Amino acid sequence: MAYETVSKTGQRRAAQAGLWGWINQRLPVDVFWRSQLSEYYAPKNFNFWYFFGSLALVALVLQLVTGIFLTMFYKVGATTSFDSVEFIMREVQYGWLIRYLHSTGASAFFLVVYLHMYRALLYGSYKAPRELLWLFGMIIYLALMAEAFLGYVLPWGNMSFWAATVIVNLFGTIPGIGPGLVEWIRGDYGIADATLNRFFSLHVVAVPLVLLLLVALHLVALHEVGSNNPDGIEIKDKKDVKGRPLDGIPFHPYYTVKDIVGVCVFLTLLAIVVFFVPTFGDLFLEKANFEPANPLSTPDPISPSWYFTPYYAILRAVPDQRIGALLMLIAVVSFFFLPWLDRSPVKSMRYRGWISRTFLGLFTISFVALMWLGMQPAQEPYVSMARIFAIPYFAFFWLMPFYSRIDAVKPVPERVTFHG
Amino acid sequence: MAKIAALVLILLSAPMLLAAAEPAASDAEAPAPVRWETWHAGNDVADTASLQRGARNFLNYCIGCHSLKYMRYQRMADDLQIPGTVLNANLVAPGSTNLDYILTSMPAADAANWFGKTPPDLSLIARSRSPDYIYRFLKTFYSDPSRSTRSDNLAYPITAMPAVLSELEGVKAAVYRDVKSPAGGAPEKVFDHFESIAPGALTPEQFDGFVRDTVNFLDYVGDPAQVERRSIGLWVVLFLLLLSAFALALKKEYWKDVH
Repeated sequence: MAYETVSKTGQRRAAQAGLWGWINQRLPVDVFWRSQLSEYYAPKNFNFWYFFGSLALVALVLQLVTGIFLTMFYKVGATTSFDSVEFIMREVQYGWLIRYLHSTGASAFFLVVYLHMYRALLYGSYKAPRELLWLFGMIIYLALMAEAFLGYVLPWGNMSFWAATVIVNLFGTIPGIGPGLVEWIRGDYGIADATLNRFFSLHVVAVPLVLLLLVALHLVALHEVGSNNPDGIEIKDKKDVKGRPLDGIPFHPYYTVKDIVGVCVFLTLLAIVVFFVPTFGDLFLEKANFEPANPLSTPDPISPSWYFTPYYAILRAVPDQRIGALLMLIAVVSFFFLPWLDRSPVKSMRYRGWISRTFLGLFTISFVALMWLGMQPAQEPYVSMARIFAIPYFAFFWLMPFYSRIDAVKPVPERVTFHG
Repeated sequence: MAKIAALVLILLSAPMLLAAAEPAASDAEAPAPVRWETWHAGNDVADTASLQRGARNFLNYCIGCHSLKYMRYQRMADDLQIPGTVLNANLVAPGSTNLDYILTSMPAADAANWFGKTPPDLSLIARSRSPDYIYRFLKTFYSDPSRSTRSDNLAYPITAMPAVLSELEGVKAAVYRDVKSPAGGAPEKVFDHFESIAPGALTPEQFDGFVRDTVNFLDYVGDPAQVERRSIGLWVVLFLLLLSAFALALKKEYWKDVH
């Protein structure tokens, strides 16, 4: 094959010589490079949807690096946090750039992760043998939600304060231990300096460590089972005489150069937001958060960041707070069960029937509608609309064992196909 | 033929003429209500001359009560191209130096006593509200002898702030009209327009410019790096587009042998 430009023996000889050889005899750098990149085979029919995994990694690195620099000037504390953020914005050289990259990066991270997850829904990437890969991904999503919420509190603006109040109070709905648990989380009788300090600790140390570990596990699990693809075919089923998948190409250089294109386009779009519309019309940085935290003045309406609003809409759609919180939890946790809810014999939507496609379409519309509804005031007609859109949202998951089984499927091709 | 064409034109444009005529007809009875809620500041933070005038306005009229606690005099002078001599002679408040933050000399405790609340710091007012909001606020003060400040405001009713710019703008009264309440009962009073009671030192056009410049300055103070940000941003985006093009060419070169 044309891409086999350097013979394996040549590569191995180079890996044994000189300083490189000295290192390789003590650390399996070369083995790792080959097994994970240059001889790791990925399906050759990846489309647009397959950019978002590598972009999520880029977003993670962006957040870590900008976060390190922000931490150099940010002064945690109820009397110092707000001022120090403005100090970064005004008096630190290019502090505004670092801060806007971090605040925009958070939204970009969620956008990329949502598209990455949606890809899995489209092509059945959560199905066997990738259940554990999916579960690691979902735990990353949960950790990311925690990380974003904790970080949102740190500027100590008024929306930071009230978002923290609302979210932490949700734990109070847990029967029995609720009120005590809330006090334990806050470290005070209200959201206060103690809360801010522990949230800072969790945001910059604990959750990032968990995230990095989970991302490593996610990647190890991915490389063990191999990537799914838009056709939902296992490329490992068809191999050549040397044991290489016929529909696979080495990740490096093919997907490294392809992903670089994705990264460049992603950075271009990110730069457009950072340099020209950093608040993104109140979606990425809210007006109310340019006022310092004030326990005596409640912003109206209190709404979380856009990436939480679908769940927030579900929470508010229920008059009883406890049931609302439970439904919100189920709305998030439902994703975990997808590998076992899906009984379809095929993975990809390309080969599923109209019932599955309709349910996915309705779910997509509901998710976006709930996202919008979560940003509206908690009044009619929005509350009733949220109740209506919550039905297809939950139906997508919990009716799946039935509709995915009875839905007609098209024959899956033997080899991968290319669609434009 | 020409007559027919003219007739067709008139018929075609009739709906537009009618639409245009409708407000005109009510104009004859009373002027159209002033819709201050839709006013826009229309300011431009790249207009340095306007920002300089706004800085002058702030330091002459606002700093008596309001601080810009995140803004240093020297940073402002550097960004707005104000010469050091002008800055130190005319703009820096007595007791401050050019390296200090722009702070009011009014003690916070006294201010709270006098006004019922301490006048807010305005460093971030353009971000926590909006330039349009400040513009509407500064333009909708009206005389209300029943209040201790003898004035009130449409954009922020029962504001603690007196109409401090009335020496420039003049004093105006709010005129209301009765609107039938949808629920029936007594008609509701709805703001209709302003009526001048006493003229100020500036014409209405001059005062409008004064407010726009001041709003523009507060917009700048809310995010002082914004002009620099946009000018750098253009080059960053152009570079990234170029990089994307090269990356795409590289990808195409590598992918030639994939089939």
